[in-house]
Amino acid sequence: MELDSLYQEVILDHYKHPQHKGLRSEYSAQVHHVNPSCGDEITLNLTVSDGLISAISWDGQGCSISQASVSILGDLLTGKTFSQAEVVVNAFSELMASKGTAAGNPEILEDAVAFAGVSKFPGRVKCALLGWMAFKDAAIQSQGESK
Amino acid sequence: MSFSVAEVRKDFPIFERTIRDGKRLVYLDSGATSQKPWAVINAESDFYSKHNAAVHRGAHQLAEEATDAYEGARAIVAEFLGAQDNEIIFTKSATESINAVAYAMGNAEPGNRFALTASDSIVVTEMEHHANLIPWQQLAKRTGAQLNWFKVTQDSRLDLSNIDQLITANTKVVAITHQSNVLGTINPLDAIVKRAHEVGAVVVLDACQSVPHMRVNVVELDVDFLAFSGHKSVGPTGVGILWGKSELLSELPPFLTGGSMVTSVTMESATWAEAPQKFEAGVPNMAQAVGLGAALNYLSNIGMDAIAQHERSLTGYALDKLLQIPGLRIVGPQNNVDRGAALSFTIKDIHPHDVGQYVDSQGIAVRTGHHCAWPLTKIMNVPATTRASFYLYNDEHDVDALVEALLGAQKYFGKF
Repeated sequence: MELDSLYQEVILDHYKHPQHKGLRSEYSAQVHHVNPSCGDEITLNLTVSDGLISAISWDGQGCSISQASVSILGDLLTGKTFSQAEVVVNAFSELMASKGTAAGNPEILEDAVAFAGVSKFPGRVKCALLGWMAFKDAAIQSQGESK
Repeated sequence: MSFSVAEVRKDFPIFERTIRDGKRLVYLDSGATSQKPWAVINAESDFYSKHNAAVHRGAHQLAEEATDAYEGARAIVAEFLGAQDNEIIFTKSATESINAVAYAMGNAEPGNRFALTASDSIVVTEMEHHANLIPWQQLAKRTGAQLNWFKVTQDSRLDLSNIDQLITANTKVVAITHQSNVLGTINPLDAIVKRAHEVGAVVVLDACQSVPHMRVNVVELDVDFLAFSGHKSVGPTGVGILWGKSELLSELPPFLTGGSMVTSVTMESATWAEAPQKFEAGVPNMAQAVGLGAALNYLSNIGMDAIAQHERSLTGYALDKLLQIPGLRIVGPQNNVDRGAALSFTIKDIHPHDVGQYVDSQGIAVRTGHHCAWPLTKIMNVPATTRASFYLYNDEHDVDALVEALLGAQKYFGKF
């Protein structure tokens, strides 16, 4: 069923058992993002130490796609430099814009290739991107402060 | 007093197509927009193919025919609402209709009954669609007037217990929805209209969810302004109606200015035509107005009382069936008293988007989210809801399909 390409097992697994959920009190930047078309929202705390993304924590409410997406983002980007993270974020954004034509590079995106099916459902792309847009915003803020 | 849904569905060509690999279309999103019968599609098409010209100008046959068709549509709308022709203003949407009143009031000069100052108040309710909330927020900001609101009770009704403290001698406008697009609640207008008129306030009624679904007579309701949209009434997109009592339209300044709405113009100033022309600057949405006329004729031929009765029995059936689903919570009145055919609900442990996505995979169209009533969803303490809304082309099969799909969603998301 077409629906199974959207709801990959890894996505539902992260939805049921979200990683990095619960805001850490120490952070370098905090952002709050909302998807105004549906009301989904997320608060994301980004912790930076010695030029590395040392922690990503978040809290929020939303559908399985938005919640799983930020959960996987936390797994993927923690421990990376900003330039390494940028490669992943760009690859994910490209995958989401692919309208179902791309599979995603597992070397870069790892578990996030599970979202390839989401790009076939235009109404859900924004859900998948909510946490990633929040991360981008937080990265800009934290880098701005360190300069 | 009844009609055949099967026959009605034949009038709507969209039901000839299938959804998601051959599934029957179960369209339960008429609260967002309704489907269109051939009568409307043909009326709009005929206008363009046979009569198209700019109305109210041009000394030629086509201009005459176009004007006749456009003014004929106005007469149809007037009769549909129990109003006079010159009280019917064509806008592009109900949102524009409400904004037109709010902006026009903001244009009122001191001494005009609509002029607002910091000592005045505007009263709305917590269950307003953004379209009947934000224009009043903005008017309050521009004029310094206070914005106050009726609260919604736990059983999804308006709390009228403090009506006399809310609507006071300082109140100039009471803007209220006839039927909530989220809860389905039909509001008790009598008490509110009575109190508003006691203190000299005008009542602006958002009738987007009522006019398409029940007989609405502006004289009986005794409200002062009313807005509804064409596309929710089996009519075209791009046309809405603003109705106002003629004596109020005379006093209300215009919102948009330009061609067609004037009696004389010099380089320094202009004077206004009478309503409705005063509020219809520019070449109007003629084909859409004509399409709306055809839509209201279509509804009248079936009968608004019959449509209301049909939706009422379907809502009762749906409430019974939905409430049997474990973990399902109706966000709105649980009973079928003073409620319309918009049913919002949540299902335990499945986010509304995921519910919507699953039922879509079964060919069923519902709405998910906050339904442009964000404050209300927060008050109801839900992040979002799924909404099924019914119309004359829905029947019990559609409800059964929804119930089956919701049980399927529980199974689908429960298996992981």
